Amino acid sequence: MRASSLMLRGMSVILVASGAWSALTLAGAARQDASQKSKAGASTRAGGLAAWQQVYSVLTHPRCINCHTATNYPQQGDDRHRHFANVVRGPAGKGVPALQCVTCHQEANADSTGVPGAHNWYLAPLSMKWQDLNEKILSSAEVCRAITDRSKNNNLDGAGLLKHHEEEPLVLWAFQPSRRIDGGMRTLPPLTHEQFVEVTRQWVAAGTPCPQNP
Amino acid sequence: METYKLTVNGQPREVTVDPGTPLLWVLREELKMTGTKYGCGIAACGACTVHLGGVATRSCVVPVSLVGKRPILTIEAMAEDPVGRAVQDAWVSHDVVQCGYCQSGQIMSAVALLKSTPKPTDVNIEESMGGNLCRCGTYVRIREAIKAASQQLK
Amino acid sequence: MRVALKTDNDLHLNRRSFLRVSAAAAGGLLVSLYLDLPAAAQEGNQAPPPKVYPPDAFVHVRPDGKIVIQVNRLEFGQGVHTSLPMILADEMDADWSQVIAELAPAADVYKDPVFGFQVVGGSGSIAHSFQQYRELGARTRAMLVAAAAEQWKVGPDQCRTEASVVHGPGGKSAKYAELAEDAAKQPVPARVQLKDPSQFRLVGKRVRRLDSRPKCDGSLKFGLDLDLSGMKTAVVAHPPVFGGRVKSLDDKAARSVEGVREVFEIPLVKGTGVAVVADKFWNAKQARDRLKIEWDLSSVEHADSGQLSAKYKELARTPGNVAVNRGDQNAMDAIAAANRMVVEYEFPYLAHVPMEPLNTTIRFDGDRAEAWAGSQFQTFDQMAIAEVLGLKAEQVTFHTEMAGGGFGRRAVADSHVQREAAMIAKRLRGTPVKLVWTREDDVQGGYYRPMHVHRVEIGIGQDGMPAAWRHVIVGQSIIMSTPFAAMLVKNGVDESAVEGTADTHYNIPNFHVSAHHPTVNVPVLWWRSVGHTHNAFVMETLIDELATRAKADPIVYRRKLLKADAGKLHRALDLMDEKSAPWRTKLPKGHALGISCHQSFGTGVACAVDVSVEDKRPKIHRVTIALDPGIAVNPLTIESQFQAGVAFGVTQLMAKGAITLKDGRVEQRNFDGFTPPYIIDAPVAVDVHIVPNSEAPSGCGEPPVPVISPAVVNALAKLTGKRYRSLPLTAV
Repeated sequence: MRASSLMLRGMSVILVASGAWSALTLAGAARQDASQKSKAGASTRAGGLAAWQQVYSVLTHPRCINCHTATNYPQQGDDRHRHFANVVRGPAGKGVPALQCVTCHQEANADSTGVPGAHNWYLAPLSMKWQDLNEKILSSAEVCRAITDRSKNNNLDGAGLLKHHEEEPLVLWAFQPSRRIDGGMRTLPPLTHEQFVEVTRQWVAAGTPCPQNP
Repeated sequence: METYKLTVNGQPREVTVDPGTPLLWVLREELKMTGTKYGCGIAACGACTVHLGGVATRSCVVPVSLVGKRPILTIEAMAEDPVGRAVQDAWVSHDVVQCGYCQSGQIMSAVALLKSTPKPTDVNIEESMGGNLCRCGTYVRIREAIKAASQQLK
Repeated sequence: MRVALKTDNDLHLNRRSFLRVSAAAAGGLLVSLYLDLPAAAQEGNQAPPPKVYPPDAFVHVRPDGKIVIQVNRLEFGQGVHTSLPMILADEMDADWSQVIAELAPAADVYKDPVFGFQVVGGSGSIAHSFQQYRELGARTRAMLVAAAAEQWKVGPDQCRTEASVVHGPGGKSAKYAELAEDAAKQPVPARVQLKDPSQFRLVGKRVRRLDSRPKCDGSLKFGLDLDLSGMKTAVVAHPPVFGGRVKSLDDKAARSVEGVREVFEIPLVKGTGVAVVADKFWNAKQARDRLKIEWDLSSVEHADSGQLSAKYKELARTPGNVAVNRGDQNAMDAIAAANRMVVEYEFPYLAHVPMEPLNTTIRFDGDRAEAWAGSQFQTFDQMAIAEVLGLKAEQVTFHTEMAGGGFGRRAVADSHVQREAAMIAKRLRGTPVKLVWTREDDVQGGYYRPMHVHRVEIGIGQDGMPAAWRHVIVGQSIIMSTPFAAMLVKNGVDESAVEGTADTHYNIPNFHVSAHHPTVNVPVLWWRSVGHTHNAFVMETLIDELATRAKADPIVYRRKLLKADAGKLHRALDLMDEKSAPWRTKLPKGHALGISCHQSFGTGVACAVDVSVEDKRPKIHRVTIALDPGIAVNPLTIESQFQAGVAFGVTQLMAKGAITLKDGRVEQRNFDGFTPPYIIDAPVAVDVHIVPNSEAPSGCGEPPVPVISPAVVNALAKLTGKRYRSLPLTAV
C-alpha cells in the first residue's frame, strides 16, 4: 500500500504542476466531470481519479466508515459489527439522552480502558453515509458523488474538503486510534494521515473528479 | 501517580492515583463510594453510570486523567435532586428492584433521560435505557416507573 | 379457630427424600441419604416430628420495637428477604412496619429443612420454608402471649395479638418489645396453632420489598462493595483451557505496578493459576495484565464446540441410559413413515453472568476465619474454606452478603471461588483479602449450562396425537461429579438433564427417553430452571408442531393431550386462555401468537405471546402468563419474578446468547461476545395471573424461564414458516 502511494508521490509532482492552474480556477467540488475534462485535460483527470481511489481506500476503512453508516447505529471493529449496548444515532448523530456518544467517548483515547476518543465524537450525518442499509459499502462512484455534493457535504468546496481531511479531530483520530478493549491495537487506514492529506490535495487539484461507473 | 482535584456530589475531593485509573475505581476505592457499580468494565452494561458535567457517563471506561474540571454526580446524590428523588420514589412504589445491582446505573440513566426529555415516549425510553443491562430482567417495571416519575414531575 | 399442625408430609414435594450432609473427618464430603418411605407411613408409623426450630435463632424483638428476622436464604433478587419474614411476621402478628430482615450466616439451624443444607436453589425457598417460618412465627407469638398471660395471671386463650401488641382481658395490653425478655425465658412450645388462611394479614397480599430504597440510593452493600480495614484485593489468572497449569511465570512487570503486594502460583480445583494481591482492584488487575505466563495445556482436553456438536449428534442416534420406558417399544415401527417425524435440536453452553461479578472476602487468623460472600451454598462453601485453611467448619464464620443475581452461578458444589479465596487468605494470614473475578473471568471461567443435542422421533396417531415417542438427550451431567449424584443420578441418567421431558405431564403413550452424558473438559452447572431450559423448548415446540399438523388450536390441543390429573397445568392453561382471549384474536398484521405451557419445580405455567419481527429480531410486544403455584405468599414478588423471569428466559434466544469453545478456549470475553437481553429484547408488557390455590406453595423463581423461548419461537414459526431447532437464534 505504501509503495503505491510513493509512486503516486512521484506522479503527483507532474500532475500538480500541470493541473495546479486548473485546480485554482475550479468553482467548487462540482460533479461536472465533463467540464473538468475539457478544462484540465485527460492526464489530470486520470491522476485525479487515481488520487481519489486512494482517498476512497481510507474513507472505506473501518476506522472511518464505522461512523459513516446509513443505519441508525454506528459500527465497531474491523469486522464492522453493530456497536454494542444498542447505541443509536439520535436526532443529531450524537446519541440519545443517557446513551450519547460522549457517555463513553471522551476528548481523547482512553488508553487504560480501550475506548477511543477525540473532540466531539459523533456519527457522520446520514447525508454522509458511505454504506447502504444492509451495511454494504457504497461504490467508489457513489461515495465520490456524495462527498462532492455541496447540498450534502455541509457546503464544502474542494478547499473545504481538504481542510476537513487535514484538521477535523475525528479524521485525525482514525490515524491514532489506540488500543482496543481486549488490548490489541486497532488497525490503521492504508495511508498515513500525511499521505491521506496529500492524495486529497491531488484529487482536489484535479477538480475532485469522480469515476463514471458505480 | 498524579493528584487530581475532583468535585464529587458538590464536594471537593482530592485523590492521588495512576492517571489511567478509571473514574469508577477512583469513586469506589479511593473515595469509598460503592453505590456506583462494576458490572463489566467495558461500558456494555451501564452499572457504572454517573453524571459527568451533566452528561450520563460510563465511569468504568473514563480514566480519571480525562475528567478535568467537570463535576461528578453519583447515585448517592440523587435523593437530593428533584428528578432523582422522583425516580427513586417511583422505583420504590413500583417495586422495580430485584437483586438491585444494576439499579444505580438504571436510575442514573433514567434521571438523565427525564432531565432532557420530561415526557418520554416508549421509544425514548427504549433508546435511552437501551444500554443498561438487568440480568434479573426488571425492564417491564423500569418502563412503568419511568412513566410514573415523569407523571409525578409534571 | 384451631388449626391442626401440618407436618412436612403435607408439603408438596417433588422428591420425598431427605438429604443430610456431613463432613468426613478426613476432610471429604459424606452424604447420607434418608429416604422417606411411603410404606412406613402406611404401616401407621409416625412420621418423625418436624424439627422444632428455635425462635431465638430467627427472631429478635428489640427493646426499641424493631423486629429483626433472620432469612435462611441468600437474597439475590427473588425477594425472600421480604417474603420469608412476611410469613413469620404474619403468624407472629408483628407490626410489619417494624420488621427488619437480615441474611443469616452459615449455621446448622439455617439449613433448608428439606435439603438439609443451607442453600438457595430448586425454587425451594418458600416451598421448603413456608411451614418452617409459619411455625417460627407462631411459636414466637405463643411465647410472647405466655409471657403476658403469666404477668397478668390469665390464660393464654384470653389473649389476642395484633401489630406487635398482646391484648388481655380488661383492656390490658403490652408491647412485644416490653415482653421480649420474659418471652425468651418461656419454654419453646413443641406444637403450635397456625392461622387459618382467612386470618392472614400479610401472606397473600402484595407486600412491597423491604430492600428497595437502599438498592435505589446506593447505600446497600453487596459482597463486592465490602471494605474492611487493612483489606487487600486479589485477582487470579486462570488457565486459558480448563485444567491447564502454570509452566513458567515472569512476574517482574506485574510486581512493578504500584500497590502490588504478592504474586504467587495457586492450585485451582483443576490445574493451577496465579494470584495477584494488591492494595486496590485496579492495581491488581493492571498487574495481572502484565503477567507473562507460559501455560502447560498439554494434559487436558481441548473442548471444541464444533467437534462436540458433531459428536453429540452421532451419540444421539443411539439409545442412551434409559430414563423412561413406558408402553410398547415396537409401537413406533407400526406407524407409517408418512406419520413419523424425526427432529434434532441443538443448544449451546450458556453463561449465567449475574450482574455482580463473583467475589469472596476472607480473613484467616490461624485458629479461625471469617468469610463474606453472596453464596447460594453456604454449607458447602463454609466447609470448603475450612478444608483449605485446615479448620473445622464451625471455626469459619461465614456471612451471607446480599448478591447481585445468581441464577445458579453462586451454588457450586466444588466451591471453586471460595477455595481460591481461601488459598490466598491462607498466604496473607491476618489480612482480609477480597477475591474478585472480573467479568472476563466470569464469561470465560466455565460452570455453564451444558450444551445439548436432542433427537426426537415421533409417531403420530390417526387422531393427530403422538402415538409413540423416542427421545434421546445428549449433554454433560451437572450432578455426577457432585455429592448429589447418589440422589439425582439413576441408572446412569442425570435427572437434571431430562427434567421437562422425562416427567412430562403430557399423556404420551409408548414413551421412551434416554440420555448420554459425555465427559467433557468444561465445568457445567445448573442455570435457572436447569434441564427445563432445553427440555421445555423441545417439548413445547414439538407439541406446537403437532397441533399445527393436526390443524388444531394450540391451546385446545394441549388441553387434550395433558394428563387429566395435571391439575396445575390445566388451571394455568385455562386462566391464560381466559386472560389472553381479548387480545390474541385481534393481533395486528405482522404479529403472531405463540403458546406454551410447562410445569417445573411444582408450578404449572402457561403463556401466550404476541410477537413480530423488527430489525430482523423477534419483538415481544406482550406476554400473558398464568401460573398455579399453590398459595401465592406474596403476589407482588411473584408478579415481578414472572415479568422479569420471562425477560431472563429470552437469554436463550439472543443472537449472541452462546458460549462457544475453539481448541479449548472460550471465544467470548465479556457482554460484547455473550450478550444477554437488554430492554429492547425483553417483552414490552407482561401481565401475570395467579390461579387461586390454597395448596402448599411451590416454586416461583425458575418456572417463568422455560416457557418463553418456545412460545416466542412458536409465534415466529407462524410469521416466517420456519421451524427453529437450534439456539441461539442467530437469524430469525
